Amino acid sequence: MNPQLPIVNVLDTLRLMSPELFLFVWALVVITVDLFASRKNDSLTGYTALVGIVIAGGFLAFAGEGVAFGRMFINDPLALFFKVIFLGAAFMAVGSSFGLTKEKIQNHRGEFYGLILFSTVGMMFLASSQEIISLYIGLELTTIPLFILAAFYKDDKLSVESGIKYFVVGAFSSALLLYGLSFLYGMTGTTFLNGVPGDPSATHMASLLAASHINYFGGGNSSGFVILIANICILAGVGFKLALPPFHQWAPDVYEGAPTPVASFLSVGSKAAGLVAFMKIFLMGLFGYISVEMKPNDWGMLVGVMSAVAMIIGNIVAIRQTNIKRMLAYSSIAQAGYIMIGMIALNQHGVSSVAFYTLVYLFANMGAFAAVTVFEDNTGSTEIGNYKGLAQTSPFFAALLSIFMLSLAGIPPLGGFIAKYKVFAAGIDQTSFPGFEWLYWLVGVGLLTSVFSLYYYVRVIKEMYFAKDASIYTMTFNKPILMVLIIALIGVLVTGLYPEPIFEFANKIYYSFSFSVIK
Amino acid sequence: MDMFQIVLDELSARPVFWFLSIIMLVSGFMVVTLKNIFHSAIYLILCLFSVAGIFILLEAEFLAAAQVLIYVGAVAILMIFAIMLSTNVSGKKTMTTQNGLPVAIISAVFALGTIALVIMTKLNIVMRGSDGFISKGLWIGEKGQLPTENIMLIGKYLMTEYMLPFEVISVLLLASMIGAIALARNERS
Repeated sequence: MNPQLPIVNVLDTLRLMSPELFLFVWALVVITVDLFASRKNDSLTGYTALVGIVIAGGFLAFAGEGVAFGRMFINDPLALFFKVIFLGAAFMAVGSSFGLTKEKIQNHRGEFYGLILFSTVGMMFLASSQEIISLYIGLELTTIPLFILAAFYKDDKLSVESGIKYFVVGAFSSALLLYGLSFLYGMTGTTFLNGVPGDPSATHMASLLAASHINYFGGGNSSGFVILIANICILAGVGFKLALPPFHQWAPDVYEGAPTPVASFLSVGSKAAGLVAFMKIFLMGLFGYISVEMKPNDWGMLVGVMSAVAMIIGNIVAIRQTNIKRMLAYSSIAQAGYIMIGMIALNQHGVSSVAFYTLVYLFANMGAFAAVTVFEDNTGSTEIGNYKGLAQTSPFFAALLSIFMLSLAGIPPLGGFIAKYKVFAAGIDQTSFPGFEWLYWLVGVGLLTSVFSLYYYVRVIKEMYFAKDASIYTMTFNKPILMVLIIALIGVLVTGLYPEPIFEFANKIYYSFSFSVIK
Repeated sequence: MDMFQIVLDELSARPVFWFLSIIMLVSGFMVVTLKNIFHSAIYLILCLFSVAGIFILLEAEFLAAAQVLIYVGAVAILMIFAIMLSTNVSGKKTMTTQNGLPVAIISAVFALGTIALVIMTKLNIVMRGSDGFISKGLWIGEKGQLPTENIMLIGKYLMTEYMLPFEVISVLLLASMIGAIALARNERS
């Protein structure tokens, strides 16, 4: 019962945590730099933030794997892979904000970029957490700066509405999540999700749950019921962060009102953070616990229904949207549905396909949002109808946006195709286990809705290429956003044409989870 | 703890428990039904105080102190400030409406049902306790006993095992403070 002082090797700890520590300090540096920068110098703060993210990426490359602060902080393949995604999302979000800080956000540039970095620190801390308190705090540190970023156009009603909506929904879902987690703590007496093999004082949460089920509840149905409530609360809490139906209604309004780079950061970074939280809780902590009322494939079935509804609602409602940000919001709801197929498939392919899909989604979605930002910077509009005839005046822009749209739709040879293929293959693979036959249906829904999704993705391309008159707009790019677009383009192409090295790393993620041992 | 002590505790705690519960329920009811939100806020403070009293009965002194400090001291007072600073001080425009009554009833029944079911499942094991009395370690704890020096233990854990999340909370607070200032500052220049 008495707490132990963890044995801390200072140098090791510093090395493992260097990306987070650096990024935190750099967020303060960014805010300070902005204080001394003149108002006319509109890109200094942004470049400072970009440089910081690149340096943090460099630290990440040397951080390596290991455990620090007792078991509090872990760098395993899962954490490292997702940290790359988080840093990438932050880089691209910052890179596409330069037009914004030139025009609309002149007053708090430092805070704007600083908050993006704070949120990234939260995501990275979340990815390294092994127990529910760190996980919860990481998730809060991720979302609280995002509430503020969403409302950053203070004079714009839509943006303020977006911020308030996201705040209310986010606070509510965090409360639900915390409620669910408190049940788990109550049942097991530990906050740690993952066990250490061979260490009896560090037992896997699932086995503690099973033990409490027998010792304190007499093996009856009652503990299963408590765990059921806990599971549902956690699922609802994480479901809100992932915008997974029935918890998705906030997403279109928030994406529409928020500044576009913030919306892109929300749709990729915050979603990836939700995915990590889901993996940590369900695949790491609760896997292997077989209660009377809730077997692992039962929550799988629940998530399966959510995923099917996500794919159907997301793709069908997206068809009717005229605002491109709302369309991308519904598209991101659908994409979350596809990702969850890989999550339900509790095998090596499943876990690695989730990671790979998220990486591809990072490039394609950030690219699409960056293109939307370019259009918005140039014209002030986000209506799809205004994209008419852009191919004739700005062929480079039209080609880029088309490639991102096609990747989101899953057209070969782009990354989106490989990602979808991986996820579906993982689902089919799992059907060979008894009790998972229904995954055929889920994959079927996925394939069918992919066809629907083509319609609205291609509609944007149609507007740009098949209009009679040339557009009245021409696109000009500022340097950072051009860099973001090219990085996204390279990412989409590389993940589509030569994904093997990424697969190799993604496959390692599987060994972060206990079920690699149990099976 | 011998048998006599447990019985004594039970007997002395029971009237206090009922007293606090009644205050809590009545004031909670007032919070949602009163039309004047200033009065609601005052009743909310009373309600939160009685919850703190119940925490003390359950020997969770730290929770009780936190309840008073955070909810009564900060949250409720902040609410009252917000009400007073808004245009009409405890006047007519700060009235609440009860349009969402059916939805409120449904969600209240649902929440109550869930909590009741959980408590009942907990009580099952409590009733089965060998000494026949309500044991204090409903959930796991150490062999049915809650640690006696609550606050000391929390402090120890915060400074040892949970040091890292404890530190990260300060980052979280810093971020929200910066954000709040960025949002709330008056831009004139």
